[in-house]
Amino acid sequence: MTDATRHIPDRLQSPAARALKSWESLLLAVAIAVFIVNSFASPYFLSAWNLSDATFNFTEKAMIAFAMAMLIIAGEIDLSVASIIALASTAMGAAAQVGAGVPVLVLIGLGTGLLCGAINGLLVTGLGLPSIVVTIGTMSLFRGISFIVLGDKAYTGYPPGFAYFGQGYVWWVISFEFALFAVLAAVYAVVLHKTSFGRAVYAIGNNPTGALFSGIRVARVKFVLFLLTGLMSGLAAVCLTSRLGSTRPSIATGWELEVVTMVVLGGVNILGGSGTIPGVVIAAFVMGLVTFGFGLLNVPGIVMSIFVGLLLIAVIALPRLWAMWRR
Amino acid sequence: MLQTAPHPADAAAAPRPATAPVLRLAGVSKSFPGVKALSGVSLELFAGQVTALVGENGAGKSTVVKILTGIYRPDAGGIEVAGSPVRFAAARDAAAAGITAIHQETVLFDELSVAENIFLGHAPRGRFGLIDRPAMRREAAAILARIGARIDPRMPLKDLGIASRHLVAIARALSVDARVVIMDEPTAALSQTEIEELYDLVERLKAEGRAILFISHKFDEVFRIADRYTVFRDGEHVGSGLIAEVSEDDLVRMMVGRSVDQIFPARAHRIGDEVLRVRDFCHATEFDRIGFTLRRGEVLGFYGLVGAGRSELMQAVFGITRPASGTVEVDGRPVTIRAPGDAIAAGIVYVPEDRGKQGTVAGLPIFQNVTLPSLSRTSRNGFLRLAREFALARQYAGRLDLRAAALDQDVGNLSGGNQQKVVIAKWLATKPRVIILDEPTKGIDIGSKAAVHAFMAELAAEGLAVVMVSSEIPEVLGMSDRVIVMREGLIAAELSGADLTPETLVRHAAGIGAAQGAAT
Amino acid sequence: MSGVLKSREALLVAVIAALLAVIASRFPSFVTPGNLARVLNDTAPLIILAVGQALVILTRCIDLSVAANLALTGMVCAMLNVAMPGLPVAAILALAMTMGACLGALNGLLVWKLSIPPIVVTLGTMTIFRGLIFVISDGTWINAHQMSPAFTGFPRTVILGLPVLAWIALAVAALFLLVVARAPLGRAFYAVGGNPHAAVYAGLNVGRTQFWAFVISGTLAGLTGYLWVARYSIAYVDIAGGFELEVVAACVIGGISIAGGAGTVLGAVLGALFLGIVKNALPVVGISPFWQLAISGSAIVIAVAFNARARRAKGRIILRRAEAAP
Repeated sequence: MTDATRHIPDRLQSPAARALKSWESLLLAVAIAVFIVNSFASPYFLSAWNLSDATFNFTEKAMIAFAMAMLIIAGEIDLSVASIIALASTAMGAAAQVGAGVPVLVLIGLGTGLLCGAINGLLVTGLGLPSIVVTIGTMSLFRGISFIVLGDKAYTGYPPGFAYFGQGYVWWVISFEFALFAVLAAVYAVVLHKTSFGRAVYAIGNNPTGALFSGIRVARVKFVLFLLTGLMSGLAAVCLTSRLGSTRPSIATGWELEVVTMVVLGGVNILGGSGTIPGVVIAAFVMGLVTFGFGLLNVPGIVMSIFVGLLLIAVIALPRLWAMWRR
Repeated sequence: MLQTAPHPADAAAAPRPATAPVLRLAGVSKSFPGVKALSGVSLELFAGQVTALVGENGAGKSTVVKILTGIYRPDAGGIEVAGSPVRFAAARDAAAAGITAIHQETVLFDELSVAENIFLGHAPRGRFGLIDRPAMRREAAAILARIGARIDPRMPLKDLGIASRHLVAIARALSVDARVVIMDEPTAALSQTEIEELYDLVERLKAEGRAILFISHKFDEVFRIADRYTVFRDGEHVGSGLIAEVSEDDLVRMMVGRSVDQIFPARAHRIGDEVLRVRDFCHATEFDRIGFTLRRGEVLGFYGLVGAGRSELMQAVFGITRPASGTVEVDGRPVTIRAPGDAIAAGIVYVPEDRGKQGTVAGLPIFQNVTLPSLSRTSRNGFLRLAREFALARQYAGRLDLRAAALDQDVGNLSGGNQQKVVIAKWLATKPRVIILDEPTKGIDIGSKAAVHAFMAELAAEGLAVVMVSSEIPEVLGMSDRVIVMREGLIAAELSGADLTPETLVRHAAGIGAAQGAAT
Repeated sequence: MSGVLKSREALLVAVIAALLAVIASRFPSFVTPGNLARVLNDTAPLIILAVGQALVILTRCIDLSVAANLALTGMVCAMLNVAMPGLPVAAILALAMTMGACLGALNGLLVWKLSIPPIVVTLGTMTIFRGLIFVISDGTWINAHQMSPAFTGFPRTVILGLPVLAWIALAVAALFLLVVARAPLGRAFYAVGGNPHAAVYAGLNVGRTQFWAFVISGTLAGLTGYLWVARYSIAYVDIAGGFELEVVAACVIGGISIAGGAGTVLGAVLGALFLGIVKNALPVVGISPFWQLAISGSAIVIAVAFNARARRAKGRIILRRAEAAP
């Protein structure tokens, strides 16, 4: 048996060769192309401050997208993220009304996000309910609570220091939000791609039963992912509320769609099992640059949503059409 | 059209003898990623005759059924019905050509009524193309009466038990006026009386002039009801002819390509101390009062009919489901098992029957499948160390003689036998005390089968305690030191030594001895 | 027979009756026939859409684009009415249903031919349809005074004490109760959603069956588009914004399992009625209408938990005593 054993190589392709042929490199090419087109289309594009402003189009959504990517890779989804933002923002607004300081506000924002994530996670993993319906339900519930609290009014009057999270700069044109985005991108990339927790996420997404039979605590991992998605939504709520300086119950309406689009555009399989954080990072840049480019050309926001919708479908449809056409 | 007399032109062009086949399959091949399921097989079915299709698991029998019923399309080769070539694009086409099947797994619909299950897709229509429900119920009742089933056609299917569901499946197959009836292991889940009723039904269908394809690997029933046989081995046709002209030994030789007693490795019987003790395992619906012990170096077989509760019991021991009561002791110390992770930590691992769903994680590469339960050992503070993972995977891939292009190949692209090796490698890498193998050679090719058997013997010789759940009598007899027979969720018998014969296994599994005892 | 008493439909009827009784005890005017007719009329669009959505969910899909389809078709009808005030209502109805069917067919084709998950397809088409409304209307509103009296009058015409809008909802519900119970396609919805693997063996085309569910859902959304715009005499980008969630809520409350293959059209209608009564009762009882979103959200969560409990996977029954027990 020892001599006869044939040698099996570890890898067929080097990691570098594999990366070159990946969805991520295609997406990177698209990002560069969009960048070049934009710089020709508008003379205002290639300015450091304009580009810095452009990052606000995606930083908050991308924070959620990192956690959502892991959740979708694990085979679940959270459509309540935008409503969590609304609820967390409302909670912070209510606290600010009674004079809470900046650290307390941040804790309330993050805590509300965690709590919402825990509710989603318990409903999905504890009761074994399908995450799509659960989060469609909590999507109405969380935003509904904001409406009950605020009605058609708004919270303003946040303490002065609170503006830093959405409006402050760390260094030159690097905003606090962008810096946070960069740090989170690195953290999520390490967690998903370099830890055994990340490996468990992939295993669950490819085959939850097989993962369970291999000793992975499937429910616990999924619960943690819902917690993370809630936490990131709370963090996005802190940034967004700080940037806008006010809270209305309709805040961040429709963001769940943009976050999911960003994740899918980043090459994450909507049915779970595959996808990468670098892909989501590049997708965030592509969407941010396109939105910014349209903005410079005075295209209204709702028309851009057509583009987002088309992108979402095309990203999945085109590879399948290509495969059908080649057969 | 198919039910009318042969077309005059047809008959004139090809005057055939009375024994011309109703259905003919010639040179049919079918491949799936990683496996060649069928290569150039042929098969002929005759009116009023039962043809038994025999072959081991993985011989390609189910693939043939799926081709004949229009679920799969063959890569090469052709199908002829009554002498004219046909192509089935979908299940509908096969039904239209008069081919119907009683499938191995019952393909029925819980939310529909019995009558709707029988007539789904071809219900009698009334005005405006709407389903004529009174007619449908009447016809369903007639078919159910014909097969001797006392089931109300208006009942929702979800309220029926397993045996009744099976009768509904048979009624569904007979609801089309079929010239060819395929029965894919129809007796697997039936009791002895139900099997006798099924034989009667087969005789009636024969008398009605239908051609029957009877798939089975139980020799007694093949010799009891078949007129002809066809044998497949590893996706190839190895022989066919009249049952009257063949002996049981001939069939076995054709099936396995060698005689049975040579297959199993010689075992060194060095049985050591007790490792595992399961006490009084009970479950609300699946099993009751189960207790057994297992020693180092021992292979304990679990035999029983499909659905006797063996897998359910093993999955409870492994922590997938929770028993209502019962304890597990490893090396004399009680262990608490709430999840598979606890079982693995206690040294108990489980190679499941459903390899695709429960065993491997298709989509992940081989090496990641191997290290999945051992990540705490290969990683440091939760961070992966790929070099260690590859080393571990390489070690066990070599030990199991895995055939693969590379260790980062998707495990889903391997053949069944090599997938099974990955699952076993995954568990050996955790250094277990007890390994439970559930139908370890189901659906894998002969070569891998022998390798798995040899490996099991090797593991036992190294002092591992092995539990083997198997429904194949030769395997149970060839591998086990001791056998527990389960029937309907209970332990029916524990056999070893001279008591261990095919007859005793079958009797206890089917409850024949017990039934006689109760009757007298 | 005991099954009928335990069913979700009977439970919903009881809940609705109890709800009405509680409201009536404090506000008897709510349960007068005239007011109940008003509630039914107000709930009509939800009923029509819930019927279509129920079929889609039965086949294991979901259609989140219904409200956007409604708004786009409604806008096209309104613009057509402005451009050609003489166009008869029958032609507008036909056009609305055809256009809705086409939009639904687009969803269906993407699901059937390209096997894209329905949630992705309809999230995408939802935003595309909304965006298109802006493109064709240039963001403007079409108001009552721009529409012809015949156009706005049709759904409000009262026949036998009920407006046409309510009659249409009842007719749609009746038609699809019949289709689901008696048409081969209706049974196929259950088979495909309940056990797609087995449906293939039964000779059904899973993708095509799902396609037809989307076409029906789209057609009903288109029909509702005209009715909505005519009834409220206004068309703009955001009409019926977020209404798709209420429609899904009605189905889930009505006992349609999101896993497919289980539930009834009657259940979805009752689910819609439940939400409609709650919505209309809130102002009467003196609760702010801002509570409505949270209430329907909680109703979804409670209903889905309830659905799951009702059909908790009851493992294999092997033991004889266990089989004999229930």
